[in-house]
Amino acid sequence: MLKQIHGECGIQPACVAVRDAKFPKPFLQQPGLEFSSPARGVWNIVHIGMLLPQAHLIFVCPEGCLRGVVQTADEMNASGRLSTIDVRENNVLEGNIEKMMVDGVSDIIGKLPQKPPAVLIYASCTHHFIGCDLTVVYKALGKKFPDIAFGDCYMNPIMRKTGLTPEQLMRRQLYKLLQPREFDTKSVNIIGNCNRTDESSELVRLIRESGYGLKDIVLCKTYGEYLKMAESPLNITMLPIAHAAGVALQRRLSQKHVYLPLSYLYKDIEDNLNRLSDILHVPERNYSKNIAHAESSLHKAKKIIGNCPVAIDYTATPRPLSLARLLCEHGFAVARIYADEFSGEEKDDFLWLKEHCPEIEVCAVTDPRMRVAPNCTDGKVLAVGQKAAYFTGTDNFVNMVEGGGMYGFDGISRLAGLMADAFLHEKDTRKLIQIKGLGCNCCL
Amino acid sequence: MKQTKVFIPTYASDISGACSALYELGGMSVMHDASGCMSTYATHDEPRWYGSDSMVFISGLTDMEAIMGDDEKLVSEIAETAEELSPKFISINGSPIPMMIGTDFPAIAAEVEKKTGIPSFGLPTNGMHSYLNGINMAFKALAERFVKTPAAGAKGGLTANIIGLTPLDFSLNGNAESVKEWLSGNGIKVISSWAMGSSLNDIVRSAQASVNLVVSYGGIAAAKALKEKFGTPYVVGIPYGRRFSGKLLSDLKTASGTGKSIVSYVTGEGSKEADAAVIGEIVSAGSIAYAVYAETGRPADVICPLECSREFMPAGSIAAAEEDEIAECLGHYHTVIADPLYRPVCPHGCRLVPLPHIAFSGRMFQENIPNLTADFYSFLNKI
Repeated sequence: MLKQIHGECGIQPACVAVRDAKFPKPFLQQPGLEFSSPARGVWNIVHIGMLLPQAHLIFVCPEGCLRGVVQTADEMNASGRLSTIDVRENNVLEGNIEKMMVDGVSDIIGKLPQKPPAVLIYASCTHHFIGCDLTVVYKALGKKFPDIAFGDCYMNPIMRKTGLTPEQLMRRQLYKLLQPREFDTKSVNIIGNCNRTDESSELVRLIRESGYGLKDIVLCKTYGEYLKMAESPLNITMLPIAHAAGVALQRRLSQKHVYLPLSYLYKDIEDNLNRLSDILHVPERNYSKNIAHAESSLHKAKKIIGNCPVAIDYTATPRPLSLARLLCEHGFAVARIYADEFSGEEKDDFLWLKEHCPEIEVCAVTDPRMRVAPNCTDGKVLAVGQKAAYFTGTDNFVNMVEGGGMYGFDGISRLAGLMADAFLHEKDTRKLIQIKGLGCNCCL
Repeated sequence: MKQTKVFIPTYASDISGACSALYELGGMSVMHDASGCMSTYATHDEPRWYGSDSMVFISGLTDMEAIMGDDEKLVSEIAETAEELSPKFISINGSPIPMMIGTDFPAIAAEVEKKTGIPSFGLPTNGMHSYLNGINMAFKALAERFVKTPAAGAKGGLTANIIGLTPLDFSLNGNAESVKEWLSGNGIKVISSWAMGSSLNDIVRSAQASVNLVVSYGGIAAAKALKEKFGTPYVVGIPYGRRFSGKLLSDLKTASGTGKSIVSYVTGEGSKEADAAVIGEIVSAGSIAYAVYAETGRPADVICPLECSREFMPAGSIAAAEEDEIAECLGHYHTVIADPLYRPVCPHGCRLVPLPHIAFSGRMFQENIPNLTADFYSFLNKI
C-alpha cells in the first residue's frame, strides 16, 4: 500500500479508505474552502471556444476574471482570436452594461483585420447579478452585423451548483450556431469531446466501416465544415460533461442523441457498440479478438509494472472507478483515487471496489489539507492523470485528460501501453502538468 | 469609453496582488469568490505556487449564498480551516460579486478573529482594479495591524525596509535579493523586505528602520502608513545603473536624516523631447527612464497604464490605461521599452525592447526577465 511521507506539520492528506467512503461524495465532511492544485491540463472554456474554427471570442467581465482567459489565449498563441471588454464599477452602478456590450463588441469587430464569420460572447456572473438583458444585446448586434453569427456563452462559475456547470454549458453552447440543414443519412457526429477519438477505436471503425462519414468539431478546419455538422442525423456523446449538448441538439435540430458513456468494463463497451450497430442498422460485430487484444495488453503492462502502486485521478478519465476496477481485476495494485466526488454512473464500480478492494484510498483534491500534505511517497508510484502525479510527487505518469481520446477495447489496449511506458520512462511532471489545455498549442 | 482590449492582455488584478503580497508570511488568504480568481492567480500570477505550502484558498461562493447573504457559512469555513492549519493571520479578500452585494469584509474578519483568536483582516478587493491596488491594501493592513513601536534604543544608524516586492513586479530572477544586497553593500542594514525573503516577525520590527525604500507603487500605501504612524520617511525608486543608484543612495541618506520623503526618479525638471518610451508600473518605469537618461543622456518618457497618483509620475509621463490611448500616445516613438505583449499596439517601424513583466504577460516570458539591479548595462545595450 502507498505510504505518504508526513511532513513536520503532521497534517494528513484528506483521504478515506473506499470501504468507509460514501457515494457519490466520498467524504463525510465536504470542505468549505478550496485549494487549487497546479495541474492545468483540463480544457477550460477558452480552449473549448477556440474549437469553433475562424470564430472570434469576446469576454465581457471584470478585469480579474479576464486575466485568466486572456492568458490562456496568449499561451495558445491565439491572442488574435480573443478580445475583452472590461466591466467596471460604474457599469454595475449605472446599469449601462447592455450599451457597453454592444458598443464594445462593435468596436472590437471594427478593429479586427478580418471580419469573423462567428463571434462567441462570454457573459459573466456580474451580468446575472445585475439582471443584464442579453436578449437586447444579441438583437442589437444581430441587426448591426447581419453577416456574423453571435453565440451566447457564459463564464459564470457562481452558477456552477445551479443547473449546468460552466463546462457543461460551454460544450452545449459550442454547437448553438448550428442551424437546421437537410440530413445526410450517411453522416454521424461525435460531439462534446476535446480529444479526437482514436481512429483505431472500435467505435470510429464501426462508423467508418459501415459507410458513414464522421464529423467532429475537433476535426473541423473551417466554419463551413462546422456548419455541416448540422447535416448529421445522429450525435454521439461519450462524456457526462457532453450529455447536455446532445440533448439540446436533439431538441433544436432533431438530431438523434445517443449517449455511449466511456467505460472500462467489457460488458459496457460491448453494449455501447452493439447499441450503435443497431442505430446504424448494421449487424452486431464480434469483439472477441478486440477483447483478447485488450487482455494481452493489460497482461503485458502488468508484467512490466508489477506491484507498483497506481494512483488515478478524475481528470484523467471521467470514470476513475471503472478504470480502477478494470486494473484491480487484472492484478494491478491500485492504491489511491483522487476525486472530490464521483459521477452517478460509477455507482456499480464503487460498490465493486468497496467489496473487493476496500483498502484503496480515496483522496480529496480541493480540500485545503491537500495544500500542506507533502507531495511525495516512500516509493515509486505510477500515476494516471496530472493531479495524481502532482499529489504523489511521481514523474512516472500517464499524461491524459478526459480519457485521452481512447475508447473501447482498443482504448484499454492503448492505455495499458501508455501505463507501461510511463512506468519505464520518467516525465518532467512539473513542466508538463502546468501547461493549460493538454493537446492545445502552447508557447511555454 | 469602450473599455475594450482587442490586442493586448489585462494586468493581474487586485485579488492576485493582495495574495501575492502576503504569500510568504505564513498567513492564510481567502478569496471570497466562486472559482476563477484562484486558478488565474495560481497559474499566471504566482510563480511560487508549485509545490509550495502557502495557504491561499477560495471560498467557492455560489449564487444562492450570494443571494441569501450567507456570511456565517464563510466565517465557519474559514474558522474550521484555520483550526486545522494554524495560520499566523487570516486575510479575507473580495471579488466582483461580494462587491456587488456589499459584503462587509472588516465585519467578517472581526467575526473570524473572534472565533479563531487569529489576527484577521478584510481586504475589499473586487477584481476591477489592478494588482497594485491589492498589494497596497495588503501591505497597508500589515503596517497598521502588525508593525510594533520599537523599544527604546532599538532604532539606530542607517537602516531600511524594502517595501513593494512581489514576483508580479520582480519575478523570481534574483532582483529582490539584489536590491537587498545593494542596500547592505552600501552600509544600510535591511530590517525587512515586504514581502519577499522576510518573515512576519521581520515585518513586525519594521518601525526600527530609519527609512523605507519603496520599490513599486504597491508599496506606497504602507510607506505612507508607516510615515504617519512612526514618522519613517520613504524614498521611491529601484537601484538601476550606477548613476541612478547613486542618487537613490544619497536620497535614502537625506531622507533618513531629514525625515522628508523623496521620489528619486522625479526630478522637478521639465520634460525633454524624447524618442523613446517606457511602458509599465510607475516606479519601475520611472527608475528605468531616469537611469537610461543618466547613463546615456537619452531622454525617455514614461507611459503608465496602471493606477498612479500624480506625485509619483515624472514630468512628461502619461497615464494611459485604455488600449486606444496607449496606441495613440505611442505614435511618435522610435523605441518602446515594454512587455513583449505590447507589440501589437506599437506603431509600424517602432523598435520594441522587450522587458517582460509577470503582472502583464504572466509566465510566458518569465525565463527572459532580466535582473536590472544586478546588471542594468546588458539591458541598456539593447536600447
